[in-house]
Amino acid sequence: MSGDALRPARNIKFKDALSEGLCMAMERDPGIFVTGISVDYPSGIFGSTVEALRRFGPARVFDAPAMENALTGIAIGAAVMGMRPVVVHPRNDFMFLAFDQLINVAAKWRYMYGGRAGSVPIVVRGIIGRGWGQGPTHSQSLQSVLAHFPGLAVVMPASPEDAKGLTMAALRASHPVIILEHRSLFELTGPVPEEYYATPFGHAKVVRPGVDLTLVATSYMVQEALVAAGVLAKEGIEVEIIDPRSIRPLDEETILASVRKTGRLIVADTSWECCGFSSEIAALAAEKAFDALRGPVRRLSSPNCPAPVAASLESVLYPKASTIVGLSLHMLGRHPQGNLRGIDAVDTFKGPY
Amino acid sequence: MKAEPARTEIPGELRLEMHARLLRVRIASRRLAELYREQEMRTPAHFGLGQEAVAVGVVTALRPGDVVYSHHRAHNHYLASGGSVYELAAELYGREAGCSRGRGGSAHLTAQAVGFIASTAILGETIAIATGSALAFSMRGERRLAVSFFGEAACEEGIFYESINYAAIRRLPVLYVCENNLYSTESPLSVRQPAGTELCERARSFKLKAERVDGNDLAAVYEASARLADGLRRGEGPAFLECMTYRWLEHVGPHFDHEAGRTYRSREEVESWMQRCPVKRSAAEIIRLGVADEAALAALSNGITRDVEDAVKRARAADPPPQGDLYADVW
Ligand SMILES: Cc1ncc(C[n+]2csc(CCOP(=O)(O)OP(=O)(O)O)c2C)c(N)n1
Ligand SMILES: [Mg+2]
Repeated sequence: MSGDALRPARNIKFKDALSEGLCMAMERDPGIFVTGISVDYPSGIFGSTVEALRRFGPARVFDAPAMENALTGIAIGAAVMGMRPVVVHPRNDFMFLAFDQLINVAAKWRYMYGGRAGSVPIVVRGIIGRGWGQGPTHSQSLQSVLAHFPGLAVVMPASPEDAKGLTMAALRASHPVIILEHRSLFELTGPVPEEYYATPFGHAKVVRPGVDLTLVATSYMVQEALVAAGVLAKEGIEVEIIDPRSIRPLDEETILASVRKTGRLIVADTSWECCGFSSEIAALAAEKAFDALRGPVRRLSSPNCPAPVAASLESVLYPKASTIVGLSLHMLGRHPQGNLRGIDAVDTFKGPY
Repeated sequence: MKAEPARTEIPGELRLEMHARLLRVRIASRRLAELYREQEMRTPAHFGLGQEAVAVGVVTALRPGDVVYSHHRAHNHYLASGGSVYELAAELYGREAGCSRGRGGSAHLTAQAVGFIASTAILGETIAIATGSALAFSMRGERRLAVSFFGEAACEEGIFYESINYAAIRRLPVLYVCENNLYSTESPLSVRQPAGTELCERARSFKLKAERVDGNDLAAVYEASARLADGLRRGEGPAFLECMTYRWLEHVGPHFDHEAGRTYRSREEVESWMQRCPVKRSAAEIIRLGVADEAALAALSNGITRDVEDAVKRARAADPPPQGDLYADVW
């Protein structure tokens, strides 16, 4: 069941939608607990675990030492005994230390025991940093690496509605799920149904319909895409924005149907190009919609360098709405009118973290 | 090792039961290693010949509901827990009837019905996973224990320290059983741990209870395990048991070192440890105490040998997984 049809919806923030999804799931399933560095601080993972702690107490929401790999193994061992652990990483970059347990164990558990040792329904949340000098090790985006491995579901909510719906879906899945949440989305406000609902994995969302160009955008890039589409609409160009929502499993059909309709494809992703999600979508179009393509697929992703700290360098690091507009016009053989920079959102993020 | 204390307190019946279990592990392991030479079991196998008393002694101290995890050298722990010889052999042969339906192989065993949850092949993994199962028991107020079996090389991995630190903080009911067989593949302790290292001291510095025993002495392993398990059930926090033992065969594969031209251990060293065979020692003790005589033990051994033979034959003849099932159970 998708959240799209549910009412009533009221406008709440992304972080509150995460929190609401978590609390509703915890209410239904007493086996859910939340752990990881700082989950029980008053600041509670940028506000997303505060309510869970208040309602369910320290027995179900508790701090952990910095021990990412063992903590993931501990979550697995608890899950095998019937619990539903949620492990939270304030930056997804910390998950590199947990890759053994995530990839060698969690992703393979069900398969490598032939289905006879049960499954490990753990949920791992990782927050993607951006800007304010988060720098090389606190602003990476791990979806491409993680989605490489069969057995892991990797989802990236881009709206408050999906923040809640994907959280609730993850907390009733029968397999490990990684939720990558973009820090720049936490204050975003949008309509969120009050009910319990689960956003199914493997169903992309057409965020904005259009006929001239398909723009597949992940996570925070959906926001940039929306701004870009608004500007392009004034030029008479209708961009179709597709948010895959889940990186693995991937809804190929929705993307392919759009590409067949528009014949043009840009993929805007928060990770790197090389072996990245944007390349995966480009390959998908090349393999399964080649005849429909009217020009080369273009990828917009992190430039091929680590993220620098200095504001001067950071300001040219990320593809933005203006980049998308410029590239779209170019693909359609049009020329930008005036300076596009003015359309980009001013970063209002307050440091340090 | 210190002089052995008198152990008249272990009832004869239990001694015999443990010995039967030990024989089953030994006879099955030995037969599987023999068959492995035929190159029909296509899975890297780490045989535990020589180390069986550790698995049997520890598992005998457990109760229904307790859970066991193991590492790459998993056969002993699986068998000691009561895992089926047929399903183990079928797993090694890559059959659908294997305990993991031919997907996991020698290092990825499971037998949840008898409390053997899983073994994994990467060092240290199940140390954390067992800790997590103990966390679940502790959160739900259940009086169950989790046991993690691993080799001394896992104590060189960070995850060991992360896990015991966590277990100590939360006083989790987990027993960490380190089988110290002096080697990690062909690397001796001297290149891996500073001279004079006492793993028990390390564990104690993390506030665990720790004991070291002769791992080839079945009764000693059982008694230490029972003692530590009692403390765990009373909520006294995690414990570490170091069992000194020795692997008879090469690290991976069915051969003795000398057969395979391996030179990292001397033949004298291997033979001196084989003199301390846990099965022979247990048999001698049983006969000395008058629990059973030689003829009775021989009959026991013959019966097990027949069962094992039947199991491995059936396993070999069993069907492989259908190729259409390649993608089953990914999620
Ligand atoms: C993380 C990791 N590194 C290396 C290996 C390769 N490896 C497999 S078994 C082994 C030796 C382990 O020695 P120990 O833990 O003492 O167990 P033993 O084999 O002696 O029973 C090694 C290095 C591995 N499986 N996992
Ligand atoms: Mg060893």
